[in-house]
Amino acid sequence: MLKLPVYLDYNATTPCDPRVVEAMLPYFSETFGNASSRNHSFGWAAEAAVDLAREQVAALIGADPKEIIFTSGATEADNLAMKGVFEMYADKGNHIITTEIEHKAVLDTCKHLEKLGAEVTYLKVNSEGLPDLKELEAAITPKTILVSIMYANNEIGVINPIKEISAIAKKHGVLMMSDISQAAGKVPVDVNRDGIDLAAFSAHKLYGTKGAGALYVRRKSPRVKVTAQMDGGGHERGMRSGTLNVPGIVAFGKACELCQQEMEAEGQRLAALRDKLENALLQLEETVVNGSKTNRLPHATNISFRYVEGEALMMGFNKNLALSSGSACTSASPEPSYVLKGLGLSDDMAHSSIRFALGRFTTEEEIDYAIQTVTDTVNKLREISPLWEMFKEGADMSSIEWSRL
Amino acid sequence: MLMAYAERVLDYYNNPRNAGTLDKSSPQVGTGLIHVPEYIEVVRIQIEVSPKRHVIMDARFKTFGCGAAIAATSITTEWLKGKTIEEAARLDHMDIVEALSLPPAKIHATILIEDAVKAAINDYRFKNGLEPLKEEEVPEEGYELEEEHN
Repeated sequence: MLKLPVYLDYNATTPCDPRVVEAMLPYFSETFGNASSRNHSFGWAAEAAVDLAREQVAALIGADPKEIIFTSGATEADNLAMKGVFEMYADKGNHIITTEIEHKAVLDTCKHLEKLGAEVTYLKVNSEGLPDLKELEAAITPKTILVSIMYANNEIGVINPIKEISAIAKKHGVLMMSDISQAAGKVPVDVNRDGIDLAAFSAHKLYGTKGAGALYVRRKSPRVKVTAQMDGGGHERGMRSGTLNVPGIVAFGKACELCQQEMEAEGQRLAALRDKLENALLQLEETVVNGSKTNRLPHATNISFRYVEGEALMMGFNKNLALSSGSACTSASPEPSYVLKGLGLSDDMAHSSIRFALGRFTTEEEIDYAIQTVTDTVNKLREISPLWEMFKEGADMSSIEWSRL
Repeated sequence: MLMAYAERVLDYYNNPRNAGTLDKSSPQVGTGLIHVPEYIEVVRIQIEVSPKRHVIMDARFKTFGCGAAIAATSITTEWLKGKTIEEAARLDHMDIVEALSLPPAKIHATILIEDAVKAAINDYRFKNGLEPLKEEEVPEEGYELEEEHN
């Protein structure tokens, strides 16, 4: 039986896996100690649980457990990495390179650092959503201290060539940071193979809980240091003070372990479902996939349905189908997604986009439902779209006579 | 944000009244086709006017835009029916905002609709040798869409 509403917004957040919930429950009321309490068994038990979780989290990305700094989530980890590097490496330089389509946690941190004297280069991306590596290399100066490029994009799912990017950074002695929130647990990420020096990610994107995340900080070749952004008890090797969120961290660890075990099979299953969804929706006229179709996450697709507006589309089914749109009509003037604009989409195409993100609990029945619902709604809205009517009449959009007042 | 929409918006969105097309070449039909920059919102309103008393006999719309814009255009076409073109020209976009209890973020759509109504009237007036509306056609008294369509 199909259970409504159907959730296809796994890039926004994921439900906690029941096995993860089971693992974390004892750490609320039974094993509730402070992991920093060194003098009694309550503290030791909490510390042991955190140690195990640290190993599980590290293993997912091929890191050493000592290289994992627990945070409240990826946003905090991004902030700590960038602000921490900016402060720590101030003697070396003040230049940071990133791309125009990074997550706001990176872009807004860059904006903040610019006010503090940082120089930031925002690389453009091509229509596939990928930066030009020659441009990247050309942007590096003796003052460059950090390249920050996400592993996979949250809106379009496109995976960057992190190995190639980090090789360029390394060649010039620049640190490589990556927000791996969307990739970790979904596709194999290995900080050594990929040459990543700092990586930020979150538990709630991989079936853990909200409020837990980590920053990977490389300890060997090179040994990377970040200046703490929060002062206090000197937790997490002095880089992130604050009592550890033991249940959240235990859950994060368990979630990483499950992802590591199930990633390959899950990726194949979801890619098949995603392809079914995508192929069915592409049967609609004037419908295009945004971003690269070859280098992308197995569970995600972003589609523009020309001549219908994304938010209107979602209103047609948001009671029964949870998706997200590149159209955000929240301010006085509607602002389309900066990611899709970065790919070179026109405003109307960006406004016509819907992001589909499948996940662990997505079923084929749900995909069939989504195909039917989205198809019906697109057809219905096109019936009342003046642009669709003009298109069907063969009108050249540039020669339409608009009214003048 | 979508959750905050009034029931009425959802009703007009789900069951749009007067969606459709009138023959734009007819002398009795006035067409207003308005877009915002970059074509992210496009509203077309058409009115069919009886030539004797200039009463709007029929009104049709098509809208490319968010759900609120669709609902707002639909309710406006209902309001237009039976109005003389003089009465219709007094439409103030805030009346539409009130009729649908739209949040401030959606007001821009109603401005577009008001413009489309006036453009449709002007198109009809032009076709029938009448002077176009004055630039500032300030409504003398606000029309209550709410009351007329309960």
